[in-house]
Amino acid sequence: MATMTEPPAEAFRLSQLIYDTRYRSLTIQVVAFILIMAGVFWLANNTVQNLQELGKDFNFGFLGQRAGYDINQRLIEYSNDSTHARAALVGILNTLLVAFLGCILATILGVIAGVLRLSKNWIVSRLMGVYVEGFRNIPTLLWILIVFAIMTEATPQPRDFRGENPEASMILFDTVAITNRGIFIPAPVWGEGAMVLILVFLASLAGIFAFRRYARKRQEETGVILPVFWVSLGLFFIPSILFYYILGRPVTLDYPELAGFNFTGGTHLRNSLIALWLALSLYTGAFIAENVRSGILAVSKGQTEAAFALGLRPNRTMNLVILPQALRVIIPPLISQYLNLTKNSSLAIAVGYMDVRSTLGGISINQTGRELEGMLLLGLFYLVTSLIISGLMNIYNQSIKLKER
Amino acid sequence: MKKSVLLGTLAIAGLAAGFASAQTLDEVQARGSLNCGVTTGLVGFAAPNASGEWEGFDVGLCRAVAAAVFGDATAVNFVPTTGQTRFTALASGEVDMLARNTTWTFSRDVDLRFEFVGINYYDGQGFMVPRELGVASAMELDGATVCIQTGTTTELNLADFFSSNGMSYEPVPIETNAEAQQQYLAGACDVYTTDASGLAATRATFEDPSAHVVLPEIISKEPLGPLVRHGDNEWGDIVRWTLNALIAAEELGITSANVAELASGTDNPEINRLLGTEGELGGMLGLSSDWAQNAIAAVGNYGQLFEDNIGESTPIGLSRGLNAQWTDGGLLYSPPFR
Amino acid sequence: MSDVHAQTVSYVRETMLPEAEPPVTERGAIKWLRENLFSSWLNAILTILSLFVIYYVLSHTLGWMLYGIWDAGSLTECRQIRNELYGEDASVACWAVLADRWDQLLFGFYPQDLYWRPVAALLVFFVAVSPILFEGVPRKLFYLTAAAPFICFWLIWGGTIWGPIVVALGFVIAGAIFRYGAEMVGPLLAIIGAFLVPILYWLLLAGPLTGMLNSIAPIGMQYVSSDEIGGFMLAFIIGITGIILSFPLGILLALGRQSDLFIINKTCVTFIEVIRGVPLIVWLFTASLLLNYFLPPGTNFDLLLRVIIMVTFFASAYMAEVIRGGLAALPRGQYEGADSLGLNYWQSMQLIILPQALKISIPGIVNTFIGLFKDTTLVVFVGLSDPIGFSNLIRATTDWNGIYWELFIFIGLCFFICCFSMSKYSQFLERKLRTEHR
Repeated sequence: MATMTEPPAEAFRLSQLIYDTRYRSLTIQVVAFILIMAGVFWLANNTVQNLQELGKDFNFGFLGQRAGYDINQRLIEYSNDSTHARAALVGILNTLLVAFLGCILATILGVIAGVLRLSKNWIVSRLMGVYVEGFRNIPTLLWILIVFAIMTEATPQPRDFRGENPEASMILFDTVAITNRGIFIPAPVWGEGAMVLILVFLASLAGIFAFRRYARKRQEETGVILPVFWVSLGLFFIPSILFYYILGRPVTLDYPELAGFNFTGGTHLRNSLIALWLALSLYTGAFIAENVRSGILAVSKGQTEAAFALGLRPNRTMNLVILPQALRVIIPPLISQYLNLTKNSSLAIAVGYMDVRSTLGGISINQTGRELEGMLLLGLFYLVTSLIISGLMNIYNQSIKLKER
Repeated sequence: MKKSVLLGTLAIAGLAAGFASAQTLDEVQARGSLNCGVTTGLVGFAAPNASGEWEGFDVGLCRAVAAAVFGDATAVNFVPTTGQTRFTALASGEVDMLARNTTWTFSRDVDLRFEFVGINYYDGQGFMVPRELGVASAMELDGATVCIQTGTTTELNLADFFSSNGMSYEPVPIETNAEAQQQYLAGACDVYTTDASGLAATRATFEDPSAHVVLPEIISKEPLGPLVRHGDNEWGDIVRWTLNALIAAEELGITSANVAELASGTDNPEINRLLGTEGELGGMLGLSSDWAQNAIAAVGNYGQLFEDNIGESTPIGLSRGLNAQWTDGGLLYSPPFR
Repeated sequence: MSDVHAQTVSYVRETMLPEAEPPVTERGAIKWLRENLFSSWLNAILTILSLFVIYYVLSHTLGWMLYGIWDAGSLTECRQIRNELYGEDASVACWAVLADRWDQLLFGFYPQDLYWRPVAALLVFFVAVSPILFEGVPRKLFYLTAAAPFICFWLIWGGTIWGPIVVALGFVIAGAIFRYGAEMVGPLLAIIGAFLVPILYWLLLAGPLTGMLNSIAPIGMQYVSSDEIGGFMLAFIIGITGIILSFPLGILLALGRQSDLFIINKTCVTFIEVIRGVPLIVWLFTASLLLNYFLPPGTNFDLLLRVIIMVTFFASAYMAEVIRGGLAALPRGQYEGADSLGLNYWQSMQLIILPQALKISIPGIVNTFIGLFKDTTLVVFVGLSDPIGFSNLIRATTDWNGIYWELFIFIGLCFFICCFSMSKYSQFLERKLRTEHR
């Protein structure tokens, strides 16, 4: 008889834990778990012993102490009387600021360079090749130092704006000053009625959004293409400008002026921020350019030809056919480039930009001697940030992914 | 197979691995060389020359200690440390002593658990400005942009100075002296502040030093000295008394040139005790009797060390000032060798 | 009829015309220019803009570089020479700093008469990796590949030759137990033995054995300590050892991440994500500031080793992702084929899956190596003397205080040459793999 009979139920033997594949995986896991726990315990035990030997304890009380140092670049109120925790928060915001700005600029640069590198223009594509290879093959740290040094050397110092025949002058009708301490731009002063203006502006943004949805729906239903771009542009500017005059100019500008040692008034974009921002964006942009290029190349030529055959114009071909397909290839490596940029922003100390590595992970640790606690918090911050960024981008990636039905 | 590099290194390192125990001297002697923490480069104080040998004022102290322990001033491994890693390097036993222009403060001595064994340079924080700015006093610096080296006490002093005088400023924190110098020269900051010795050293190498002035105000006390781990008094004594021997040698007129001659015996009992021809001072430290003689022969007395590295005959051109012997109106005052 | 023809057609050409030159705008340089540079208004603008950028950059740097001074002992001397030759206002490079200090930028404090040793180690390394990187190389070289880590270690650090040999012996023992032990004591005991025996051997026997052998036959070279290693040599050592050591770890992590075993899978995922989520500089500070907390009280080993350990962990997480990509790229049939042959997990991995997966991963591994090699510059923040660290040290001497661009340009150029050639290699490999797979 060829029929299988149930094997007789055997009594459980200890050797089955190793030789029976049904139990072996369990055994391996238990052993691995014990080993991992033992390792963790060993590390923790060592740490406790070492701390005891050094006469240190493990507590985060230092965060509540007075920091005692100043930070130039701050998005929230901070003085040297504030606590270390507050200094850490200032640093965190600075890190997020430069990472956010960097991701935007890097994407723009990367897309431009990636597209231009495929251009038929010989000199432009070569130039972009030099840019991409140059930035990809030289360490970030070096680029940060070089960009910082170039910005310091190539721009005039505030002193040069002084005197009868100044060597340098402000640009854009004397409203913007570019110096080697940073760029001074006019800052808005919010007067009475500014609230209404902001509301109007937000309303017009909502209007643009609604119009775009309507236009798309209409196109899908009737095939009529509405002039989305011009209407959006009009909606963006016209209501706000109209209300600006109706409300009697509630927002005025505070212009930077040369006073004492330096420019005062206006908004001061510090050189360290700009240098770090530019260096990180240029560096990451070079990598993104390669992603964009390979993404575009990955869309087969038949797609373009088919789109042309349907009578689509080149820019519509790009927008409706090539880019949506290329994006699927571009987005995943783009996420990891954003993560890299965020992590690379920890090199800020090289140009004296006070990010979280320089405040919490630098001066605070140095002044209080709490390296264990400080590094732990620092690592945790970067980890959480990375996870959030990759989480968000994964959601976005899911939403544009090819829907297989 | 390739894991072996790690294990091989581990095995070798294991042989050479030290233990941060209380017996630093035994450990140093067993190793045959001194691990001395220095800066990652500061003009006049510590920097390697073209042939890779470390030179400088702080380096001299390391060499003196090595000479006192081994009779060989070259038995030193110089470990460059940054402002951030220096204390951990010492606490973990990676270095035996730190000679890295470190300011002696209460919290470093007590809270961070180190032992400052003395002061080899009395410094203070000063300001340097371009002459064309027309600033004559630090009190005129309201609103100025200040370049500052981060990770040091200067940051705290600066904050205290400006807030206690009701002035505002814009700090530009910079990681290294070289970077700060470049920023200052390009005019990215109006003022450069660091220890007065550092200012003088930096200014000395400018293309046109006369275009810059160091302001008269010294806003802090910066007693710079070598330090060792807390709790190993024997080792601390060796470093402390080596420094004192160099200071006392200058006071007693012992130089590297005449030390051999004086070591054969003199009329001055203190010289005899110091150089080991009388008494057992070396033995009390656990060293040979000619320890001080070796140290002085290797690097000279304090005055020679100063003149060779940062004194007026060097490009840095620091005057002795507070660092003169007490007999010359300075603060250097070695306890007696008795 | 021919008459009619002759009347209606007044002229018949009976010979071919010689080929005419294309019009002036359609040939030679002008055609090339038209097609490549000025094909449209936008392109013309871009071309002019690019030319301007090139002119601007070159006009500001070329003279400075070409008129640079090569022969001077210090920056002050450089300035004097410049004043004599070009006048005070001229801005020229002072390359003399490189002539003076190039050896330190490349080798650090390594003794000058021993420079041949790191160079030889590098050559050994290249020969050892050649069978992995290029196909035409004799397979026998794999024996050298296995021995290379020990040879390179001995060449760089020196000391007694018995140390590396005795340590290598541990691996031989492990291999022997693994291979022959299975028949004698069973496969499980053999695996456990292959792990435990060498560890016990290294911990207990290796030290005394080395000492004994050394006293019998003292063969060795001058010992060079880790803190004499610096400059580009340091960058290479950290990069290469990091990538080599992270290779086995990365494979294990990648397999663990693919594993169905819950605990092992989660542990590997956590490890990889934690390592990748935190910047290298934080890990380096951990190595320099915290590693001593985590090890048994009293242990202490040198900073270079600690940094290498941290870099290895760091690289292994990235390596794991690269290898995971390679594993995922293999067609499902390979796994199923291996299973259907009745191979167990390790056999199928060792014989079927990994050889193929690793081969497709090589470009990714090279790219990881480029990234790691560039990131070695970060060790300057923990006080190691890498090229950037050395640029600080050089500027801290009275001779060269104030020099800036020359050092950066040199360092940048060296990095560029290394990384660019490696990335070209990896691109070549990618193209080759792509064509092979089709």
